[in-house]
Amino acid sequence: MKLFQQNHCLICHQAILPDVGWQAIFSIEKEQLICKECERKFEKIDGETCRICSRPLHLLEEKFRHGDLCHDCFRWEGDEEWKGFLTENHSLFLYNDFLKKVMAKFKFRGDYILARGFALYVKELVKNVDTDLFVPIPLSEERLYERGFNQAAAVLREADLPSSEILTRIHSEKQSKKSRNERIHLPQVFNLKHNADIQGKKIILIDDIYTTGSTLRHAAKLLKQAGAESIHSLTIAR
Amino acid sequence: MRFRIENNKLIAGKSFAPNSLRISQFNIIPQPPLNPNFSFNPELQKLLIGKQLLIDDLPYQLEEIQNHYDHGYITFRKGIEYAGKTPVCARCGNNEQQWFAIYPCTRCGEDCLYCRKCLMMGRISECTPLIGWNGPAPDSSLPSKMLEWQGTLSQGQLEASERVKNAILQNKEWLIWAVCGAGKTEVLFAGIEAGLAANKRLCIAAPRTDVVLELTPRLKAAFPNILVASLYSGSTDRHLYAPLTIATTHQLQRFYHAFDAIILDEVDAFPYTVEESLQQAVIQARKQESAMIYLTATPNAKWQKECLSGKRAYTTIPARFHRHPLPIPEFTWCGNWQKRLKKNKLPPNILTWIKKRLDEGKQALIFFPHIPLMEKALPVLWALTPNIEAVHAEDPERKEKVQKMRSKEIALLLTTTILERGVTFPAIDVAVVGAEDGIFLESALVQIAGRAGRSKDHPTGAVTFFHYGKTEAMIKARRQIMSMNREGVKRGLIDL
Ligand SMILES: [Zn+2]
Ligand SMILES: [Zn+2]
Ligand SMILES: [Zn+2]
Ligand SMILES: [Zn+2]
Repeated sequence: MKLFQQNHCLICHQAILPDVGWQAIFSIEKEQLICKECERKFEKIDGETCRICSRPLHLLEEKFRHGDLCHDCFRWEGDEEWKGFLTENHSLFLYNDFLKKVMAKFKFRGDYILARGFALYVKELVKNVDTDLFVPIPLSEERLYERGFNQAAAVLREADLPSSEILTRIHSEKQSKKSRNERIHLPQVFNLKHNADIQGKKIILIDDIYTTGSTLRHAAKLLKQAGAESIHSLTIAR
Repeated sequence: MRFRIENNKLIAGKSFAPNSLRISQFNIIPQPPLNPNFSFNPELQKLLIGKQLLIDDLPYQLEEIQNHYDHGYITFRKGIEYAGKTPVCARCGNNEQQWFAIYPCTRCGEDCLYCRKCLMMGRISECTPLIGWNGPAPDSSLPSKMLEWQGTLSQGQLEASERVKNAILQNKEWLIWAVCGAGKTEVLFAGIEAGLAANKRLCIAAPRTDVVLELTPRLKAAFPNILVASLYSGSTDRHLYAPLTIATTHQLQRFYHAFDAIILDEVDAFPYTVEESLQQAVIQARKQESAMIYLTATPNAKWQKECLSGKRAYTTIPARFHRHPLPIPEFTWCGNWQKRLKKNKLPPNILTWIKKRLDEGKQALIFFPHIPLMEKALPVLWALTPNIEAVHAEDPERKEKVQKMRSKEIALLLTTTILERGVTFPAIDVAVVGAEDGIFLESALVQIAGRAGRSKDHPTGAVTFFHYGKTEAMIKARRQIMSMNREGVKRGLIDL
């Protein structure tokens, strides 16, 4: 039982004093993994958000809003080649400075165990969701070796959710420098493994950060065209 | 990463070959004999000598690293070792369970235990080898005249300087116990020069980055023709091979059996005193046969005892270079000042003390035990003058505020123990409010008192400890200062 040995915050390492009282017993897992101070620094996404990508609309200028869509989603959905593939994205937290630091440690320093902290929130979020498959966004082979693990798959694993690793990456991740136009018009980013059975399946894609949405939309398009019924996505940060 | 053994050699591979193991699973790691005819890569030699790095740190292909190992020029060590069933990180010495975690590793295909303590220097897990150099040291040709420093040493400095030189040349351990303001950096120059001339690789280490940043230009100026590597988090010298290295103790974690002499400044400073991993780093960075010089103004109780009982070799510099005695702290009872502060008041004798400084136009540094108390006192003091700032460790404007004090834009600077060492203002008085607080250890109080009377032009200054009950630490601090003054007089280092 690792749960009870863990009495230091996963993020800041300070000792967590167990709460006494009934409430503490019900939320014991969360209490034991992340201290209150760190938890407070995560900003949950709430208020009015874009219908598709869950971007908080109040953070956008009026000219970048189109009804219940943000400007980016409006453009994607206005494009015949891309519309309708990604039904909806959910993101847990705003990508604030604190989360940027935690995420950098998780991804770039390879502090795998932080996945366990994120997993608590993911578990809670998907508790009542009806889905067939959870599909992590893959890393290239080279990047996977470098990092030692896939951060999206790690979160699924720590959340005790089955991870269906049916996608492979054909292009390298180094696309952040490319323009939006170039990213959209990349012919193929992912491949679907031949033995993957996704006919009529409801799929949730998992990724760490939603930035432009192009990665998720590439994956969604591929899966949808291969017969999946619907594609949602879930990211830690937005 | 996984390894096989073939012909008594380790073979590293990225694929999971049959019979392959993780490096932590081998009982003995074979070391091929040095092949003197092998033409090794001199860049790799410079990068690796005296280091313990990860393959990820090296801008070379695995094949080249393997090849150097095959010819005996590179060593592989286990990144994680086991003491019985307890894992130990070979780089940072961590053996506490809460600082390890396990992940399903794509490099070795197994559940792999990794160290979280030194993660920021690159992840070390059970399948990670630490890479070192086993070949010859790079040839270094040094100029015949190295030391360009023109100053002169005080008599006290001169005596200590001789000791440092001997210790470095004879691989001894020596403590230099020098009072605040004695001028301990200059004391190192002769020893460094002699060490370099004897082809020794030297290191000055300190727990705090500030100290490294302050020492670097001074050493570079003293030794203008010697390459100096200055290592701290974010420095660009990370891979620079130099005869003289100045590093934070944290950075020493990348070194292994590297230095013929380490000079450790501020041995009593945080975080070195509480972080075993930093103490381990210093030990690992030394060659087996090497010298160790400790510098401090305030050795801890254990060391003081060892010195006085003859168990520790040491030399004191009991007097400042300007030959005036250290200001002796005055103890002034101020009652229950915290209670008064709750009512937004300060004890009258503290207010009088501060007012006197303001009237005379003398700057003062006032120490508080905790941030909330200090922040409560700040508005109370605004009634006397608006020219006050308060500073603490996490203050983003820390540098600016210290600069304001230095340029005399402000009259008073309130501070926590963060300014107890390192900063010098030429002509100030010093007060401690609540000197009875447990945070004010003997060493902290000696350092605080040592802020006053630093410059030749203003060699005196008042030091007052306002307290609500004298503590052992206060008494010991005063005793230490007085005994240094006595010794200084006796040795003729202080003019009366
Ligand atoms: Zn925390
Ligand atoms: Zn949107
Ligand atoms: Zn591994
Ligand atoms: Zn470690």
